[in-house]
Amino acid sequence: MRFMIMVRANTQSESGAMPEEALIAAMAAYHEALAKAGVLLDANGLQPSSNGWRVRYRGGKGTIIDGPFAETHELIAGYTLIQVRSREEALEWARRFPAPFGELADGEIEVRPLYEFDDFQPSASVERFRRIDASLR
Amino acid sequence: MPNPTHRAIEAVWRIEAARVVAHAARLVRDIGVAEELAQDALVAALEHWPRDGVPDNPGAWLMATVKHRALDKLRQDALHAKKHEAIGRDLDALEAHVVPDFVDALDAARADDIGDDLLRLIFTACHPVLSMDARVALTLRLLGGLATHEIARAFLAPEATIAQRIVRAKRTLREARVPFEVPRAEARATRMASVLEVIYLIFNEGYAATAGDDWVRPALCDEALRVGRILAELAREDSEVHGLVALMELQASRLHARIDTNGRPVLLSDQDRSRWDPLLIRRGLAALARAEALGGALGPYALQAALAACHARAHRAEETDWVRIVALYDALAQVNPSPVVELNRAVAVGMAFGPQAGFALVEALAADPALTRYHWLPSVRADFLAKLGRLDEARSEFERAAAMTQNARERELLLLRADAMRSGR
Repeated sequence: MRFMIMVRANTQSESGAMPEEALIAAMAAYHEALAKAGVLLDANGLQPSSNGWRVRYRGGKGTIIDGPFAETHELIAGYTLIQVRSREEALEWARRFPAPFGELADGEIEVRPLYEFDDFQPSASVERFRRIDASLR
Repeated sequence: MPNPTHRAIEAVWRIEAARVVAHAARLVRDIGVAEELAQDALVAALEHWPRDGVPDNPGAWLMATVKHRALDKLRQDALHAKKHEAIGRDLDALEAHVVPDFVDALDAARADDIGDDLLRLIFTACHPVLSMDARVALTLRLLGGLATHEIARAFLAPEATIAQRIVRAKRTLREARVPFEVPRAEARATRMASVLEVIYLIFNEGYAATAGDDWVRPALCDEALRVGRILAELAREDSEVHGLVALMELQASRLHARIDTNGRPVLLSDQDRSRWDPLLIRRGLAALARAEALGGALGPYALQAALAACHARAHRAEETDWVRIVALYDALAQVNPSPVVELNRAVAVGMAFGPQAGFALVEALAADPALTRYHWLPSVRADFLAKLGRLDEARSEFERAAAMTQNARERELLLLRADAMRSGR
């Protein structure tokens, strides 16, 4: 089973300021532990939304909106993808995730299970989607 | 396990079991005893945590608990030995070795030693003094943290058989006085080969189940991958470890494409490649690159990974670089000569240079005694015969192959292909 641990953004991450050394060390230690337990699949930090954009769809038309975006706490600042044997194991790893903006700072992470292959009923559209996915590799 | 705390404990145990056992084993130098002590620590957790709550650092709690149990055990043994004057073990010397302060002080400086302990545990569980079955069971039990009934289910064996196998394996290690250590220098390479073999065997049992009704048992593949990934972190400079991980990642990327909706096996050339897992392919290619960067391009696992990579890189079956695959099989046949490799090479030659060329190689192998009970031989032969238009011969070879396989799903596929020969496809 795969789970994605997402770090919610805050004003600090949105400012583009690099995290402090102590936080980087805590994150490194945590991800090392994930790797050493054989459960880490992927992890990345995301640049602030000021470097990104959105496309908003309305009335059959898409409009590009440049960042930054105001609703900071709904943005994602980074993610960690893990593969574990159970939901409980994912919960335990999530519990061990370092406070994402420093030991005493407010912060929030969110964890979501990924869909597995078997969750989809086979259909022409699902197959087409997979084909796009495969062409990316 | 009935309630949420128990499920949380089970999850913590899955994460920590190997480290806890390894830590205890370093202290008591016996993995059988170490596992009992670790079980005691688990029982203690099951007593305390539902009442007091799960500690902030459950791993450290378990480690501290098992350490105290181990020290108690050593003291008791020493006292016992002294009483009977059987062994001249000196209690004072022992205390000097294991006083808690001393150990605690060391702990801070040796976070990495846990890694060393884990590595020792892997090498011990895969020690050549044990039968292959025993190595597999011990590895799943000690490194994977699997319960006996889970291992039994994975291997379709009665629970009592697996339990007995594990008990006997621990006894064998004790009687043979196998030291709890990472072997040095030349012995390390040979012993590492045994470790990799065990991990790959577990993977393969999941990937191409040799018996039973299911063609694949993904849970076993996941376990093998997990242990492989752990090992790749513990032995970062060992190119063949990365080669094996690369091979498993790449093969696992095809897991979902290898069976159709009815659970029947699908041949590589017929697989829907859009169902291959791009993340695992990327991880596999990265691990292969690492193996090659460490100078291990010609290791047997790295070569097999390179073969798997040829398929992974081809978006359509027709794009497969069969000439390169033949070259890789040539290299593999040099480092790891085996009739099975020759057979696979023959298939590749057939794809690269035409069925006539491949068929000639297969015919040369037909007399090899090592292949007489190997159902791939008639199956490959049948495939070539079909391509050469010799349908009657192809049909009887498919039927022969079907009679030889132990796997129900595979037999079904082979009989279907035999049938297709009758109608001239």
